[in-house]
Amino acid sequence: MASHYEAPIRRPLVTGEKSYHDVTLDVVAPVEGKANKQWWIVFSIALAAFGWGLGCMIYTISTGIGTWGLNKTVGWAWDITNFVWWVGIGHAGTLISAVLLLFRQKWRMAINRSAEAMTIFSVIQAGLFPIIHMGRPWLAYWVLPIPNQFGSLWVNFNSPLLWDVFAISTYLSVSLVFWWTGLLPDFAMIRDRAIKPFQKKIYGILSFGWSGRAKDWQRFEEVSLVLAGLATPLVLSVHTIVSFDFATSVIPGWHTTIFPPYFVAGAIFSGFAMVNTLLIIMRKVCNLENYITVQHIELMNIVIMITGSIVGVAYITELFIAWYSGVEYEQYAFLNRATGPYWWAYWAMMSCNVFSPQFMWFKKLRTSIMFSFIISIVVNIGMWFERFVIIVTSLHRDYLPSSWTMFSPTFVDIGIFIGTIGFFFVLSKRRNFYPRKISKAEVKTILKSSGDNYKKLREDAHE
Amino acid sequence: MSNKVLHAVYDDDDTLLHAVKEVRAGHYHIEEVFTPFPVHGLDKAMGLEPTRIAILAFIYGCIGLTVAVLMMNFIMIEDWPQDIGGKPSFSYIENMPAFVPIMFEMTVFFAAHLMVITFYLRSKLWPFKEAENPIPATTDDKFLMEVAVGSDQKKLTALLKKTGAIDITVQEKQE
Repeated sequence: MASHYEAPIRRPLVTGEKSYHDVTLDVVAPVEGKANKQWWIVFSIALAAFGWGLGCMIYTISTGIGTWGLNKTVGWAWDITNFVWWVGIGHAGTLISAVLLLFRQKWRMAINRSAEAMTIFSVIQAGLFPIIHMGRPWLAYWVLPIPNQFGSLWVNFNSPLLWDVFAISTYLSVSLVFWWTGLLPDFAMIRDRAIKPFQKKIYGILSFGWSGRAKDWQRFEEVSLVLAGLATPLVLSVHTIVSFDFATSVIPGWHTTIFPPYFVAGAIFSGFAMVNTLLIIMRKVCNLENYITVQHIELMNIVIMITGSIVGVAYITELFIAWYSGVEYEQYAFLNRATGPYWWAYWAMMSCNVFSPQFMWFKKLRTSIMFSFIISIVVNIGMWFERFVIIVTSLHRDYLPSSWTMFSPTFVDIGIFIGTIGFFFVLSKRRNFYPRKISKAEVKTILKSSGDNYKKLREDAHE
Repeated sequence: MSNKVLHAVYDDDDTLLHAVKEVRAGHYHIEEVFTPFPVHGLDKAMGLEPTRIAILAFIYGCIGLTVAVLMMNFIMIEDWPQDIGGKPSFSYIENMPAFVPIMFEMTVFFAAHLMVITFYLRSKLWPFKEAENPIPATTDDKFLMEVAVGSDQKKLTALLKKTGAIDITVQEKQE
């Protein structure tokens, strides 16, 4: 067992004295079992919200963008706020599975599969907003590089909005294959356990005939490593490019070079918070407390604390640079943010994003499940307000005071946003399809080094 | 030459790794090993060549970069130059800073997707492909070694027993 040595000071990542077979049973239980009442309640609410959002989308597309609260001065508001918010949330999955893989953080194993799934689902939500905002979504293919005679001119490769198209679609498709490739062995496990012929057939198709040969595993590991190496700069590039949508403009409050790192930190921050929200529910509902331990939650909280502090530094840097630049438009934009008519949004952002994560310095608080859950929600509210503050407060008082105005959302704006939250939870909470919770193959590889029974065995042998 | 193979089943990855080394030391030919998760060091112990898929990924990335440059040069410079914010539109290299994001994205796109497709093809993974693991338990918690039966089946069986195999069966290999 010498090859599985891990420093005794490291706490076990898998508790409950699990063997390889126990991992199989625990992981497939939610797939093979029946849904309980609680699940049906949550699922129905999510489905209802999704239905409502779908109605609002249809209303928008059939009537026009005039159904939203946008006006001549504020031409971008909730749609892009929601877009950036969802893209940000979508960063955590790749970050957990790719960056933590490169840093060889074993605690990622239990949470990466669900985080990757979350990434894909939230990027889908994000992608909806630009498409709806096009007004004529059936012409969405005009964003592709297609020749002039198909309708519009060639796409403009100087535009950050087009960079976004390439970044988001690359990110979505690469995350999808990363996730699917990682799922193949898990699908194969369910296939081989399945008793009903139909189930066996379905999982047989999904598993692509995975057999687990030594050569397949060798390639599998290499592919995972290279994909992680590619996904790491990719995930950073995606939010960098999203921030270019603003940073390359000449609007005071947007035209700042700090945007790329600031947006990326914010994305990690909100993404980890959303992962925490989902995991805390999931470990309870699916009885996975032995795999997603308090230690996992604590480590997530530490990441939230650090990225929240980075975001805080960015906010303060922005204020300082606005003052230091000597540009009065820039100075006014920031003064207006903090003290103007949208002061409440600014201070909601400040208190949720900068102050609330500081509680995580206390071990008692960051190891409290209930407290972590509350903070994870607060952080996501704060990050939504961050995007709202950046977008709306920079626009609503432009260079011409006669056009100064306010933005208020209509029920359609709100409905579509709620609809995407519903859609996200519908996707996250559906059952009986794939073992989205935990990657069994990966948990099994760390069992001997980080399982509590194996750790104990080694300790006994040592004495 | 007999087509017979022995299937030795193990229930522990360390035992399996040790057994692979023993069997190879005994000059037997290991046809295949099926495991439920990646066992580190197994490929080396079996004497498998390192995979070259990472080199391919690099080449695919270079192809993606080339495609991006050629595409944007044709669209923005050759076919339909436009004055966009006064940016230089008659020279690729002068307009290049604006093209960097897409050059990067296309590199990643090509490298990732073509590598995964290559992996699926080389490892014969696609929908409707029949699984080939001999017993279903090898995706759960069992490890199976397939060894070609040489001249002496008894001796091989004894060796496998000694290495800790919990079950040994003789199979006729169809090819």
